[in-house]
Amino acid sequence: MGNQIAEADKKSHLQHHFVDSDQQFESSKLGMWIFLVTEVLMFGGLFVAYIIYRSWHPDLFYLAAKELDTALGATNTVVLIASSLTIALAIRAVQLDKIRSAINYMAATVALAGTFMVIKYFEYTDKFAKGIFPGAGYTYDGIDHDMAANFFSIYYMMTGLHGIHVVIGMGLITWMIIKAKKGFVHSGYYTPVENTGLFWHLVDIIWIFLFPLLYLID
Amino acid sequence: MAESTAKTLKIREFPIDENPKHTYLNAEKGILSWLLTVDHKRIGLLYLGSITLFFFVGGVLALLLRTELLTPAQSIIDADTYNQIFTLHGAIMIFLFIIPSIPAALGNFFLPMMIGAKDVAFPRLNLASWWIYILGALFALYSIISGAVDTGWTFYTPYSVQTGTAVVSMTMAVFVLGFSSILTGLNFIVTLHKLRSPGLTWSKMPLFLWSLYATAIIQILATPVLAITVLLLAMERIFGIGIFDPTMGGDPVLYQHFFWFYSHPAVYIMIVPAFGIMSELISTFSRKTIFGYWAIALSSLAIAFIGFLVWGHHMFVSGQSELSSVVFSFLTFFVGVPTGIKIFNWVATMYKGSIDLKTPMLYALAFLFLFTIGGITGIMIGALSVNVHLHDTYYIVAHFHYVMMGGTVIALLGGLHYWWPKMTGRMYSEFWGRITCGVIFVSFNMTFLPQFIMGSQGMPRRYFNYVDQFQGLHQFSTIGSYILGIGFVMMAVYLVWSLFKGPKAPSNPWRSRSLEWMTSSPPSHHNFEYTPVILHGPYDHHKPMREFRMGVAQEAAGHGETVEHEKT
Repeated sequence: MGNQIAEADKKSHLQHHFVDSDQQFESSKLGMWIFLVTEVLMFGGLFVAYIIYRSWHPDLFYLAAKELDTALGATNTVVLIASSLTIALAIRAVQLDKIRSAINYMAATVALAGTFMVIKYFEYTDKFAKGIFPGAGYTYDGIDHDMAANFFSIYYMMTGLHGIHVVIGMGLITWMIIKAKKGFVHSGYYTPVENTGLFWHLVDIIWIFLFPLLYLID
Repeated sequence: MAESTAKTLKIREFPIDENPKHTYLNAEKGILSWLLTVDHKRIGLLYLGSITLFFFVGGVLALLLRTELLTPAQSIIDADTYNQIFTLHGAIMIFLFIIPSIPAALGNFFLPMMIGAKDVAFPRLNLASWWIYILGALFALYSIISGAVDTGWTFYTPYSVQTGTAVVSMTMAVFVLGFSSILTGLNFIVTLHKLRSPGLTWSKMPLFLWSLYATAIIQILATPVLAITVLLLAMERIFGIGIFDPTMGGDPVLYQHFFWFYSHPAVYIMIVPAFGIMSELISTFSRKTIFGYWAIALSSLAIAFIGFLVWGHHMFVSGQSELSSVVFSFLTFFVGVPTGIKIFNWVATMYKGSIDLKTPMLYALAFLFLFTIGGITGIMIGALSVNVHLHDTYYIVAHFHYVMMGGTVIALLGGLHYWWPKMTGRMYSEFWGRITCGVIFVSFNMTFLPQFIMGSQGMPRRYFNYVDQFQGLHQFSTIGSYILGIGFVMMAVYLVWSLFKGPKAPSNPWRSRSLEWMTSSPPSHHNFEYTPVILHGPYDHHKPMREFRMGVAQEAAGHGETVEHEKT
């Protein structure tokens, strides 16, 4: 309640059921963290499936992982980590009211995310060309294991769901760019940018687990 | 908040407007003001209407099943239709009715009021959750039209991969409905953490809210696993990804593990809010401080925690390892401990209380009786050897109907009657309320007690035909279900009657000390016209009523009422 008067000029963002901006900010952030928990648990199901199938068929995972292009995967890892940096810089810029550079950082994040998706596209089409489709459509015979299709089912499920999240993240960041251009976010109210950043870091960290688990099996 | 409570707050008593002109019901007009509302009270009513509709649909399906079971051979429907109907009965009752029932309807309405907030933390997300629920319902409807589902509500592989019925659309319905559930849970957790009024510490929170908090935790942690499970199942059907399909090297038991990792905690999503209602009803109508406040509050959390460790008890005959079965069986017994703590505390609350047998209290007593049967039979089938004998029999059917219907639905009805005056501003007929409660209690037992007997004698669940020896018990059960249906029709009639002709409700007809009663009936658009300040616990019946109506004295402080009024 105390800083209500101090922020009176900037409180158009304050929704009617909150007492002050601090309360609104803390609520939004807690809500976002809880949402991230649900995301972790959803991916958790896939990680469990991964663990079970890998413990049953370690040879399969060893053989099949050789089909994945480690160089492209590593590039994508670097790309996503760089995008996490740019989104963090964007949040910092909004907090400092440097809206222009915040927009640039966010645009860079979207561009990096786009790069990730383009590389992913080349990886996928390369596999499709060989006949590596998820599940029943699998026709590739380069892997000497009768459950090779199962590995790629898990691969496509994990990277596919992650890819959907990358696309959603790109949409959210684009939305934040529009918000920033319209002047809706500033040092007194940067909640949506910060929450989008949190989401983007989650997308990044899931990939950081996916990359070694799928590409770097030795 | 912390900053403001550190300073001294000037408070005064706020009188309650007994004949409110402006209520949340007439704050805005038109159908869109309902469908697009962000008012948690209206959203609560939207949910209440939706779950009532689906309870009706699921109930009619149940009566069809019971009618078919009048004779040992075919009576009115063929076997395939029978499979579809019991699947739909289960799926609708679970995903569209009972999971959202208490939290999304009554919880939405009363959670913000009980903590003196104007709304939940994310009102638009709250509205979105209802629309997502409707979207899920449409998916389910599409599935029904395009061939229905005959797998049972559990969608077990490999049959759910092979059957020609519309499994994908139904699993997508479940996927979408899960999101709705998650959003409700997320909203509740944040609201309870961040939006409590001055003075409302965790130790002064009504126990209904503790139960909703525990429920929300389960919703947050379990539902995403269901989402990925049904997503994998849908992919299994669309692409044949071979995760669960044994012909492709997949593992159907893994599906069961995934499914029950959600669906067992989900039964606590269904029952724990009912426990919360029980605490409110029993304390209010015994006119006595709740016995063992912290024991009841923390046992909800304990149930939420232990509930995550017992899913394997659904799979004792599915081929999981013997060691797992032993551990799961052992842990299952543990759930009985916090549940027992609750029951004993409620009974202790009633001891030497001044018990007022109003309709909600009758439901509370019915709950104690029915849920105890449901709970104790649950312990029995948690025992390994007994479970192998009773697995997939009517004993299981009777057990979970005693818990889900005898527990959750009865508590929901108790809560509905209890809060009816606050929600609608009208009193229901106490006479018809009590009669109906009696009818429902007796007919419920008529319907499901025989199923315990049949199950223990070996009548398998989900069977279309049965041996002649069970005909008498099946017919008795069917007649009970008809009377049960009549009971619900009676309730619908007198409740609708009360909406139009019922006497106007006072603000606090039960002389409760809980915060939601300290505003007019029905409440105003913003719940309270002041910022409530809480001095006492919600069950302190020995403290004078006026000390429960305190609010921040200075105008325009806190919620900024005057400024914001025009905007909304």
